[in-house]
Amino acid sequence: MSGFKDVQHLFRFAGLFVAVILAFLVVRSYVVPKSFGEYGHYRGAAIGEIAAHPIKFAGHQACASCHTDIVETKAKGAHAHVNCEACHGPLATHASDPSAMTPVKLDTLVLCVRCHAASAAKPKGFPQVNPAEHMGGVPCQSCHNPHSPEIRPDTGKSLAAGGAR
Amino acid sequence: MSGVEGYMYPNEVTLYWSVLIVLYPYITGLVAGAFILASLERVFRVDAVKPTYRLALLTALAFLLDAPLPLQLHLGHPERSYEMYFTPHATSAMAMFGYVYLWYLMAVLVFEIWLDYRRDIVLMSQQRKGLMRVVYKMMTLGSNNISERSLHIDEKVGWIVTLIGIPSAFLLHGYVGFIFGSLKSNPWWSSPLMPVVFIFSAMASGIAAVMLIYMAVTKLRKEKIDMRCVDAVAMYMFYIFILDFSLEMLDLVHRIYEADESFRSLDFMVHTKLYFSQIVLQILIGTLIPLILLFLTQVATIGERARKRIYVVCSSLILISVLAMRWNVVIGGQLFSKSFLGYTTYKMALVTREGLLVAIGLTILPLFFLWVLLKLLPPWPKKELQESAAGD
Ligand code: HEC
Ligand code: HEC
Ligand code: HEC
Ligand code: HEC
Repeated sequence: MSGFKDVQHLFRFAGLFVAVILAFLVVRSYVVPKSFGEYGHYRGAAIGEIAAHPIKFAGHQACASCHTDIVETKAKGAHAHVNCEACHGPLATHASDPSAMTPVKLDTLVLCVRCHAASAAKPKGFPQVNPAEHMGGVPCQSCHNPHSPEIRPDTGKSLAAGGAR
Repeated sequence: MSGVEGYMYPNEVTLYWSVLIVLYPYITGLVAGAFILASLERVFRVDAVKPTYRLALLTALAFLLDAPLPLQLHLGHPERSYEMYFTPHATSAMAMFGYVYLWYLMAVLVFEIWLDYRRDIVLMSQQRKGLMRVVYKMMTLGSNNISERSLHIDEKVGWIVTLIGIPSAFLLHGYVGFIFGSLKSNPWWSSPLMPVVFIFSAMASGIAAVMLIYMAVTKLRKEKIDMRCVDAVAMYMFYIFILDFSLEMLDLVHRIYEADESFRSLDFMVHTKLYFSQIVLQILIGTLIPLILLFLTQVATIGERARKRIYVVCSSLILISVLAMRWNVVIGGQLFSKSFLGYTTYKMALVTREGLLVAIGLTILPLFFLWVLLKLLPPWPKKELQESAAGD
């Protein structure tokens, strides 16, 4: 038995090592969510939880059922491919019941500049302006109709510019 | 935009890898370097460096305990960092590295230190009183066997552990270089030489750190510095630093010769934003001066006092040089635009979570760890212990 006696302490250290690994495994089995790895390297149950979130965006088609005029205007203009809610924000509540929620007024100085402020990182073909120089202290919508912003050469304004009403 | 010259993509303007990410490879490097120095004695049986053996191991441990802290402070959600261990992704180098770190800490460093100190721990658990007695008792793991044979077995096992420890130390630090070297999106980093350069600079800095700590601690204890030991350590430091420097120059020459599309941009950066930290600090002051001085100590006969001073100066300069190298790699790699048309500036904060003060604190913290370790496991107790054992 004396042969073992002299290596006994090594087994104690190894035991400590194994104990730490076991403790790790035990803690892991509690901490890692049950559905982890069900479909991939993430929590399977997350899909259900995310799907259960209330819907925030109504989608382009939803607006068309009531705001036909604007949809038509927009479809002919340069913003044809910019969706309503890209500017107006999520409006699912409004679309399902207009009286429940009136969309907030938009500040064009923030809104339009977010997409159109000149930046070298944007593709060259994308219409860009230096807002301070370009607008001359007047809000964008006094010259541009947000729903059809291109300027008509005859009037110097876009058709029925929002603010001009 | 302030601090931006030319054209930067919007996501390149701010540097996300801060000074803490500079510190992290620096500290793991010191760990790897200190360990390699310890293994010189153990595996290659370089007797002259023996006085630094235990000190090097404790230094490695102290810095290893500090190493994850800069990362924790850098993380947006440090409280989730443990998830890397629980649900690691096999294709993530960073996740796999978490295990390398633990392996190195537990199976290599702690085990090797425990084996080497076991006799002292057992003796102290019998001699000390009060709380410390309990602490040492726990550290014995309940085995008081310090018979000739058991210590002999420890010696053998320790040798094997060191043998495993050398590739582990390389892995520990090679990984850091690997992370940078494998980023093919960044021409400043992407180079297969990166892990190798990191390992050699790590060895140089780790040896320099142990040398300084050894000289400082010996002075503080009012003992005589073992010149044979520091001469040998300095010699290894010299050789390894030459290798490190040659590798870095090889990398440089390779870049200059290859001169790919990124070259003009990187070249411009080295001449402007990185001029001080790279050319002046890292290469001229941090590399050439210590190399010349160390060369002199190898070829000329220089008095003991002067030699000691040279070693202190050289070790300090090497430590600065390697820190500057980490800075140039980490910060330099984020200063230029991927469009190669512009440059940004790193603005180091002072008191934020990733600021300068925290960085300084994290550099000093391992010295505190070391102080505790030196109190707990004095590297030089053999004589004292035997004396008091005889007195009991
Ligand atoms: C069920 C019909 C309906 C749908 C669907 C609908 N709306 Fe409306 N919307 C209305 C009515 C009615 C008003 C006027 C109510 C008011 O003034 O409070 C209105 C007003 C607005 C206003 C103007 C608020 C103001 O300040 O005058 C905006 C902007 C608006 N809707 C945007 C949208 C968008 C974008 C969508 C698609 C996501 C949408 N609406 C879908 C019926 C609808
Ligand atoms: C480019 C951004 C943008 C897009 C896309 C956009 N809008 Fe607007 N919309 C505005 C702005 C800005 C105003 C406010 C104009 C004002 O204050 O004069 C506005 C006003 C409105 C109004 C208030 C009444 C009016 O005519 O001024 C309604 C209703 C409306 N939008 C519906 C829609 C619908 C429906 C869509 C999608 C078919 C849409 N908007 C797409 C920017 C946009
Ligand atoms: C969500 C991003 C976005 C916002 C917000 C936005 N736009 Fe646009 N805008 C576009 C896109 C996309 C185009 C089309 C670019 C193209 O044709 O390549 C465009 C085109 C234009 C044009 C060019 C028309 C032409 O002559 O070709 C004008 C003018 C314009 N927008 C004005 C505005 C104004 C005014 C606002 C604020 C009411 C605004 N935009 C808000 C994305 C945006
Ligand atoms: C005083 C009237 C006026 C105001 C206010 C105004 N614009 Fe314009 N904008 C114009 C005219 C006129 C043009 C067409 C002539 C041109 O290209 O300069 C134009 C063109 C543009 C274009 C297209 C540029 C191109 O290269 O095709 C964009 C984008 C634009 N405006 C965005 C804005 C934005 C965003 C605002 C608000 C910050 C704004 N504008 C305010 C009159 C105005």
